[in-house]
Amino acid sequence: MAEMVTLTIDGRTISAPAGTTILEAAKDANIYIPNLCNNEELTPYGSCRLCMVEITHKGRTRIVAACIYEVVDGLEVNVNTERVLNVRKLVIELLLARNNEHPALRKIADELGVKETRFPVEKKGCILCGQCVRTCREVVGVSAIGFSGRGITRRIAAPFMDFPPDCIACGSCVYVCPVNFIPMREENGVRTIIRFDFPMQQCKKCGKYFAPKKQLEYFSKTTGLPLDHFENCIDCR
Amino acid sequence: MEAKIQTIIDKYGADKGFLVPILQDVQKEFKYLPREALTHVSVYLGVPISRLFEVATFYKAFSLTPRGKHELSLCLGTACHVRGAPLIGDNIERTLGIKAGETSSDLEFTFETVNCLGACALGPILVVDGEYHGNISITKSNKILKKLGKKVQIDEEN
Ligand code: FES
Ligand code: FES
Repeated sequence: MAEMVTLTIDGRTISAPAGTTILEAAKDANIYIPNLCNNEELTPYGSCRLCMVEITHKGRTRIVAACIYEVVDGLEVNVNTERVLNVRKLVIELLLARNNEHPALRKIADELGVKETRFPVEKKGCILCGQCVRTCREVVGVSAIGFSGRGITRRIAAPFMDFPPDCIACGSCVYVCPVNFIPMREENGVRTIIRFDFPMQQCKKCGKYFAPKKQLEYFSKTTGLPLDHFENCIDCR
Repeated sequence: MEAKIQTIIDKYGADKGFLVPILQDVQKEFKYLPREALTHVSVYLGVPISRLFEVATFYKAFSLTPRGKHELSLCLGTACHVRGAPLIGDNIERTLGIKAGETSSDLEFTFETVNCLGACALGPILVVDGEYHGNISITKSNKILKKLGKKVQIDEEN
């Protein structure tokens, strides 16, 4: 059992295991802190900056990102002070400047009472939360995609902006993206993610296209089972 | 190419922690980071190619496109700026026929601007193939270009 620490969030006394983040502790206590880049399955990353909260510790008050700040004994957290709300409003405005349409962002903007962004809207779509990259790396384990560049040129990219050789077309990045930025469709036995085509495997029994060939090859490689073991769909197995 | 890369990587004990120095050495060897080279590094070092692309595009010191035989970096930091570096930059761009950040099509020159080299008292500064030239003027920069084999009209009065 991990050592427990006691802190207060919005005046409520809470105890949480050492090593948890403020965001996790708040979630367990049913206290809502807006967030976009956090995902329980992934290493905290702290890129969207929506989860900013005000903390007071040893008499010093400052603003930190709740998803990457670990709780300590005697920490006092305030989720909705005026100062913090100001920061969060600015953050959502900046995010809206990259994507002012997606419901997930609009919802948070509404909650904060932000109607429009003051910044020129660039319609980039992607908010660089990195969930796709982290999922591909940490959950799927293939690291097919990554970031490229930095600062204003930072973006999600396949190596050399070309066909990603390690991609198994599992679609996890599509699934995890909070703003549906990565398009995926399936037609005539081909799965297309962004502009890259991946052939699908037809079930040996019922003939249904059920999974990308590359994904099955990956299964076979990681489990050590022969490829034909995976050539029937789940229904016919 | 494969053998060269293996030697570089072995020099660092094939340790992933030395990724940046390894890439620096690769870049020194080939003057840029060829795609093929990165693929070899990925295989030998066991680092996904997506990661290498990330690092290679993150640092300005790395280039994925071939660089010129001669590399010129002009400082446009505050001190050099107020001492007229932009005019020198214009002159270099005009003479080489390329913009800052580009490489001439004959692969002879790469011209770049940087922000403060930490030697402000010597400004404006032009770094030519790793060698620092302080108190540079248009005339001086022309002389340097000429030495490197570029045809330039040197206006002696300048
Ligand atoms: S959830 Fe904390 S920075 Fe995104
Ligand atoms: S401004 Fe050029 S060296 Fe500092």
